Amino acid sequence: MDLRFTPEEVAFRDAVRSFCRSEIPAEIRRKVSEGRGLTKDDIVASQRILNAKGWAVPHWPREWGGQDWTPIQRYIYTEELLQAAVPLPQQFNCYMFGPVLATFGSDAQKERFLRRAANLDDWWCQGFSEPGAGSDLASLKTRAVRDGDHYVVDGQKTWTTLGQHADWIFCLVRTDPEAKKQRGISFLLIDMTSPGVTVRPILTLEGRHEVNEVFFDSVRVPVENLVGEENRGWDYAKFLLANERTGIARIGLTKERIARIKRLAKEMPAGDGTMWDDPAFRTRIAEVEIELKALEITQMRVAARQGRADSTQPDPASSLLKIRGSQLQQAATELLVELAGPFALAAPERGAGANDLPGGFDWVDAAAPSYFNNRKVSIYGGSNEIQHNVIAKGVLGL
Amino acid sequence: MDFDVSEEQGLLRDSVERTLADAYPSLETRQARIAAPLGFSEEGWASLAELGVLGLPFAEADGGFGGGPVETMIVMEAIGRTLAVEPYLASAVLGGTALRLGADADQRARLLPGVIDGSLRLALAQTERQSRYDLNDVATTARRAGDGYVLDGQKCVVLNADSAGLLVVSARSAGERRDPHGIGLFLVPADAAGLSVQPYPTQDGGRAAEVSLSGVEVGADAVLGDAQDGLPLLARVVEHGIAALAAEAVGSMEALHALTVEYLKTRKQFGVPVGSFQALQHRAVDMMIALEQARSMALYAAMMVEAPDAAERAAAISSVKVQVNKACRLVGQEAVQLHGGIGMTLEYVGAHHFKRLAMIEYQLGDTPHHLRRVVDAGGLIAA
Repeated sequence: MDLRFTPEEVAFRDAVRSFCRSEIPAEIRRKVSEGRGLTKDDIVASQRILNAKGWAVPHWPREWGGQDWTPIQRYIYTEELLQAAVPLPQQFNCYMFGPVLATFGSDAQKERFLRRAANLDDWWCQGFSEPGAGSDLASLKTRAVRDGDHYVVDGQKTWTTLGQHADWIFCLVRTDPEAKKQRGISFLLIDMTSPGVTVRPILTLEGRHEVNEVFFDSVRVPVENLVGEENRGWDYAKFLLANERTGIARIGLTKERIARIKRLAKEMPAGDGTMWDDPAFRTRIAEVEIELKALEITQMRVAARQGRADSTQPDPASSLLKIRGSQLQQAATELLVELAGPFALAAPERGAGANDLPGGFDWVDAAAPSYFNNRKVSIYGGSNEIQHNVIAKGVLGL
Repeated sequence: MDFDVSEEQGLLRDSVERTLADAYPSLETRQARIAAPLGFSEEGWASLAELGVLGLPFAEADGGFGGGPVETMIVMEAIGRTLAVEPYLASAVLGGTALRLGADADQRARLLPGVIDGSLRLALAQTERQSRYDLNDVATTARRAGDGYVLDGQKCVVLNADSAGLLVVSARSAGERRDPHGIGLFLVPADAAGLSVQPYPTQDGGRAAEVSLSGVEVGADAVLGDAQDGLPLLARVVEHGIAALAAEAVGSMEALHALTVEYLKTRKQFGVPVGSFQALQHRAVDMMIALEQARSMALYAAMMVEAPDAAERAAAISSVKVQVNKACRLVGQEAVQLHGGIGMTLEYVGAHHFKRLAMIEYQLGDTPHHLRRVVDAGGLIAA
């Protein structure tokens, strides 16, 4: 047992760290750090820099641009990106669509889509949730009916994150309405420019356009866009959701947020000093830091185990990481709002000049929106209550 | 990074677990051991000596086995799992670390053979009536007299003092009561004139004592390290104690969680196992999360307890104690709640895990104490 990084791992960490800080534009990293929205161009630019280095999709198979990294290296890489406030590679392309296609897709599909997905030449979005299918995803109703060489798709998807930028959507559709609910589902790739596809924005509570509704009205999809076998889509989705969960602890993100809160606390006047002199506030920060340290070690234990285990099976510990990781991400956003204090109320128009900055602080207006928006992290990717069910059944055998 | 134990460590784990499982087949056995005059069985102590675990942390040159924090963690986890009452923490970990890090060659040659073969037990006397968990708060005095010292003062809740042959006592040779400088660690034989030990049972099945020192004369060879600059040594001893407690807590919580899950599967109400109710399932999951987070911190303690930077080490170990304390409380309370009435009974082993876990919170620093230390260190993450 040696819980330190090896010299090779330290060298790797330093290489990722310096690359992130020297190659990814500071303006993009600043927006991430302040919790302000990124444009499509920001995300594409950042990902292409990573991809040129071979670091956009390190967990993919080598022939499609992956690296033969150990799970510990992959962990270090993700954490360093997060701590440097580098946008993670577009998650639908890189952590969902890519791994599914590389594992279950045909050679022709891989050849057609994977390299473009890695470079963000195609923007993929996820068509899973429906108005009546959230945590109970398998109750989805969007239908795909075979008609010669095509499927005809009718239905509605919702919570489609960044669907407004998307060229393609990977969808779960019902292909056998007679089968038991998980059995009749297929995994279909749909061109967003197809006739009959309509995208309508949903503004989330902080006012940002992040998610969408996507409507399918007799959309014709070539049969060649079916991934794997018809009616096996649920298996592919489970594989994908397990992938989604592993990265979801976002420890580096919370670390970066805490470090920033500490810096800002030293500049926020309070009483005769600053908020950094307030023992109550600092105690609340410390409690988050301590729990985060424990989660960091837990995450490394999971990563070390992944090195040996059958990696196509999700580790039940990933549910633990999701639960605690999301709680800590949220706790950090709450601390930032508390730090902003009375200034948290202010929501001025940006760009009108420095005069209307609340209290002269250039960050306080983004604190509450970030808090509002982060309520999502205990809901998406399988709500924390669903994760409790997963552990109760899968680990405790209850 | 590698979380696997080595082959030797695996063998150690197997043999310690087997020995303790054999020694503690039931709660009745444990109660019988607690009822013995010293609060544990001499035979059980001898079997630990036979296993070699009493000499585990000492260098091979001193007759030990050259083990490190991971080996201690393995032993303490097994102790926690079985609720063993032998004074391993007091003697081997706290007293042993004081000797290992503080004793000179003569002292090691004189004392370690007895510590390793089990014939000499140790106890650490650091707490005073007013000190709470502050190691620098020492009113007990060590007055220079000839080559040696004369000790006067009161020490409180000294773990297993009544079975120790030698006490490691913090006492002030200079400075004011809370001055970090001027503190020394002194070796005081249990039969020294002027030393009085008033023992009592603890809430968790252990033993402790009030120790009073009245004109206790010790020689120059009784000083561990520097008589005026002993606080860093005492701090390191306590850090090792916290790392050990973290492992013990993990062992106990693991056992208690397993008991609870088993109970949820077998206890039937309304015609179904109560574990089929989601409200109870989610609480059992929260127990598991707390346990796994504590396990990570016990590993972190093992990694950090020998770290060279004192400030970094102190913040790390304090953060471990905070997290483990919180887990002890949550896992203990939830276990009793999920068991219902049976969890409240003296005859149920789970209740004894609950009591031990509750008391671990108040050994070597409670949550507010260690949280304050983490805050004072500026936290764990660089701004």
